Amino acid sequence: MTETIIWTVSVLTVLGLVLSLVLFWVARKFRVEEDPRIDEIEKTLPGANCGGCGFAGCRAFADAAVKAGNLDANYCPVGGSEVMKKVAAILGCEVQEAAPRVAVVRCSGSCDKRPRINEYGGVKSCKVKAALYGGDTGCLFGCLGCGDCVAACQFGALSMDASTGLPVVDEDKCTACGKCVAACPKRIIELRDKGPRGMRMYVACTNKEKGPVARKACSAACIGCGICAKTCRHDAITVADNVAYIDFSKCKLCRECEAMCPTGAIHGVNFPKPLDKEAVKKRIAERNAKEKEAGNE
Amino acid sequence: MRDVIIALMPATIVMLLFYGWASLMVLAVSCVGCVGLEYAIARWLMHKPQLFNGWSAGVTGLLLALNLPPSTPWWVVLIGALVAIGVAKMSFGGLGQNLFNPAITARVFLLISFPVYMTNWDLTGGFIDSVDAITGATPLSIIKEGLKSGMTLDEVLLANGMNPGTLIRDLGGSGGEISALALVAGFLYLWIRRVVKPWIPLSILLTVILISGVFHAVSPEQFTGIEINLISGGMLLGAFFMATDYVTSPASKWGGVIFGVGIGVIVMMIRYFGSYPEGMSFAILIMNCFVPLINRAFHQKKYGRA
Amino acid sequence: MQKKRRPEMSKLTFSIGGIHPADSKLARECKIEVLPLPSKMYVSMFQHLGAQAKPIVAVGDKVKTGQIIAEPGGFISAYVHSPASGTVKAIAPRKDLAGFNVMHIEIDVEGDEWAEGIDLSPELVTAIPEDREFILDRVKMNGVVGLGGATFPTHVKLNPPPGKTAECLILNGTECEPYLTSDFRILLERTDEIVVGAAIMQKVLGGCRCVIGIEENKPEAIKAARESVARLGYPDIRVEVLKKRYPQGGEKQLIDAVMKRQVKSGGLPIDVGAVVQNVGTSLAVYEAVQKNKPLITNVMTFTGDVVPAERQRNYLFRIGMPLSFIAEQAGGIPQETVKLISGGPMMGKAIACMDASTVKGTSAILCLGEATRRHEETPCISCCRCADACPMGLEPFLLKKLFTAGDLAALEQNAVQDCIECGCCQYSCPAYVPLLDNIRIAKAQVMGVIRARNAKK
Repeated sequence: MTETIIWTVSVLTVLGLVLSLVLFWVARKFRVEEDPRIDEIEKTLPGANCGGCGFAGCRAFADAAVKAGNLDANYCPVGGSEVMKKVAAILGCEVQEAAPRVAVVRCSGSCDKRPRINEYGGVKSCKVKAALYGGDTGCLFGCLGCGDCVAACQFGALSMDASTGLPVVDEDKCTACGKCVAACPKRIIELRDKGPRGMRMYVACTNKEKGPVARKACSAACIGCGICAKTCRHDAITVADNVAYIDFSKCKLCRECEAMCPTGAIHGVNFPKPLDKEAVKKRIAERNAKEKEAGNE
Repeated sequence: MRDVIIALMPATIVMLLFYGWASLMVLAVSCVGCVGLEYAIARWLMHKPQLFNGWSAGVTGLLLALNLPPSTPWWVVLIGALVAIGVAKMSFGGLGQNLFNPAITARVFLLISFPVYMTNWDLTGGFIDSVDAITGATPLSIIKEGLKSGMTLDEVLLANGMNPGTLIRDLGGSGGEISALALVAGFLYLWIRRVVKPWIPLSILLTVILISGVFHAVSPEQFTGIEINLISGGMLLGAFFMATDYVTSPASKWGGVIFGVGIGVIVMMIRYFGSYPEGMSFAILIMNCFVPLINRAFHQKKYGRA
Repeated sequence: MQKKRRPEMSKLTFSIGGIHPADSKLARECKIEVLPLPSKMYVSMFQHLGAQAKPIVAVGDKVKTGQIIAEPGGFISAYVHSPASGTVKAIAPRKDLAGFNVMHIEIDVEGDEWAEGIDLSPELVTAIPEDREFILDRVKMNGVVGLGGATFPTHVKLNPPPGKTAECLILNGTECEPYLTSDFRILLERTDEIVVGAAIMQKVLGGCRCVIGIEENKPEAIKAARESVARLGYPDIRVEVLKKRYPQGGEKQLIDAVMKRQVKSGGLPIDVGAVVQNVGTSLAVYEAVQKNKPLITNVMTFTGDVVPAERQRNYLFRIGMPLSFIAEQAGGIPQETVKLISGGPMMGKAIACMDASTVKGTSAILCLGEATRRHEETPCISCCRCADACPMGLEPFLLKKLFTAGDLAALEQNAVQDCIECGCCQYSCPAYVPLLDNIRIAKAQVMGVIRARNAKK
């Protein structure tokens, strides 16, 4: 009996020792020398492997950053400025502070504003629906409502609002990785600056058809009238192909375009006070009158 | 799915008649357990209620019950249902995604975990009086034990009062084994209804017949003959109803034939040379592993490609 | 050695897959009615495969019926002619039946004055022109395109590239789609013209044999065609009976059934010496060559399971008629209609916009009821009914799985590009899996990859 125990213990111990020596030797012989900074950087990164930076995962980003030695071409939208500062510290370089961005759904064609003219009974996928036909409303550019964007989001930041039929972005969860932008076949979702304290302006329409046609399909459509572009004193708005676009780098959040828009296609979000359209219109009219007087003198 | 349940009815009725209330309890716990567990897992664990398929879970429950001895305690049956649905089916992604046949996986799990319960057959509770009311092991295990101890095949059979002459025999064995005729009837129903792929069971049975025929002819004292191998050990139940499960069997005709031949070879090797008395469950599970490979190798003939 | 077959008894068919839907030829007894002209017509520039046609008229121009209003936009393209006389009101984008914007020429209709040079007499012209180039020119200038659904420009198809010879011209008279009866009616009412058209096409193709294939559910058409062929006496034309199966009318399936040959993947029918044309195209060729009449009319069926028997119709329409106008003429869309389809129930397109106008390839307006509503999708259990039904021998359940996984390389290996989009798979699936919807997109993606790869070479 004891013989068995002695044999068992000794054989297994010897085996363990021999194998650990083998492992040690293999680890030394086949070691890949890697810059230790890659591991350090990878630890600071969020680890979501979402591809928002353009690389195939966080480790690939760390690898590229170390190889380049600087962060000029690389930015992690999920980690944001905080994480980028840490990475810059490890690399010993400067980092550009990029403004945080968020996904914006540029369509406000909810069920009540954009009537359904036929019933779609096919596969519940925006990609399939867009390939099949023009959609179940009169607008060829609007949200198709099947939720490809919701399915694409790894962070759970998108959800479908059943009452409006449009996707809703949770600003706290959105990391601006860009997956929803790629998933939408109508290219409705755009990554825009979050803005100071989350305030931002955007045109909630991408309909390129002529004004009357767009308006007939949806009561909140942009009709390309250009009043917003004329009103904007900061050169932030351009109208092309019958639709307006606000350049978020130039927008000063004065909300005058929103007040003047006849269809309500321009949206301002996260402002502390609701917009008093009449007051703003009055202010604009008074200012225009003063300028005209000054011009006549 | 419904056609499969109808096809299994004759075998189920024979089982109930022979084994009585005990087997009814096994059947009830198995079916309710499988259906209930699938619903619970789909709804509350996976948050995907659309993955619940009542009829499919019911078939699994029925097949599991036909594989278990009537004296199996209800909690063992429930564990079997949990393994069948939870492990073999839902954890792979639900209906259509599983690699292994759920009922067989559960049976093998129970066989290994509770060997005593799984090999104890009690014929005394049945509604029909059986001629030889034996409690104890299945014929195959009796034969195996006998052969191991050096007896020849004939000696073993005579010693146990078995006469391999009649098709429906009153011997201990799971419900499926007894009702060979009922199973064949069920299979013919499925064949006529064009629900089943007949080349799979036919290739299994032909392989078994070939191998057992050859081996028995060469050495009749050591190797059991064709009839015993066809009728006992869940061979027919496995060949007709488990190996033909759509999800876990190959898509193409030739793939199915390879699959069937593989099962036949493996089951006979286990029976003749392995230490388990019956190998149908293991054979099917092993060949289930090969199905993705078979599907990649064998595709049906395409238009315009020679 | 070919076995001797008794012509009346033997029926040909294709060898792989296929399904047997009920043929529901509800409108088969309805003679073709000529539709009146609406007050406005909208002629699409996209009535054929290939490049869009380019308008050559301007707003305000006066046009006559049959006058060329648009020229081909590329090598694979076709001329488009005015369906009526009147004034060009506008040249602007307008929604087609799928809701997409397509350039249309809008015409305010004033009467039906035909352009010069068009023979409107009803007499049958049986003399076949000798000059091949003359025939091709007439076919091209009169805008003839394939009327079997694909609308491929006929003058291109009838002019095989050098090195390829046509051995057999197959005329598709099968009309395998349920509900449709337009081909059946023209086989009964315009038989002689179809046969002359076939002879003309034989001439262009260098004198190959011709087989007119008709499905067994049209015995009257078979009889009429046989009589006409015998009476007119053109050499090397025969009528073959085909088994009633879907998709018997598919180009590749016809070649398999009639010539017992299969077109290789990625190849064209001419590679095996076959040219397949619809009987409607043959009629259009006759009119174009013998009468110099442009393709501005076609026959369509107004039908469906919710259309009462007395309202079933076969109409001779003109291109550019709004679908709503035709529905109105037919007594309106029935109340119980749930699905409106342009074409057959298997391969037709759902109509999202009834204001869209007819094009050369319009074959039917189907009004289908509640019974055809789609069911909720359930998991695929690999039962392989779809694989058994696929006439190209593909495995649709596998293709859908690969598409969901995004595996383009495996999709190409499994021949998704060979799919003819017939719908047999989706029809046979007991779990209501939308197989074709997914495979169609997979096919487009893989074909894009193949094209890019070939362009690089």
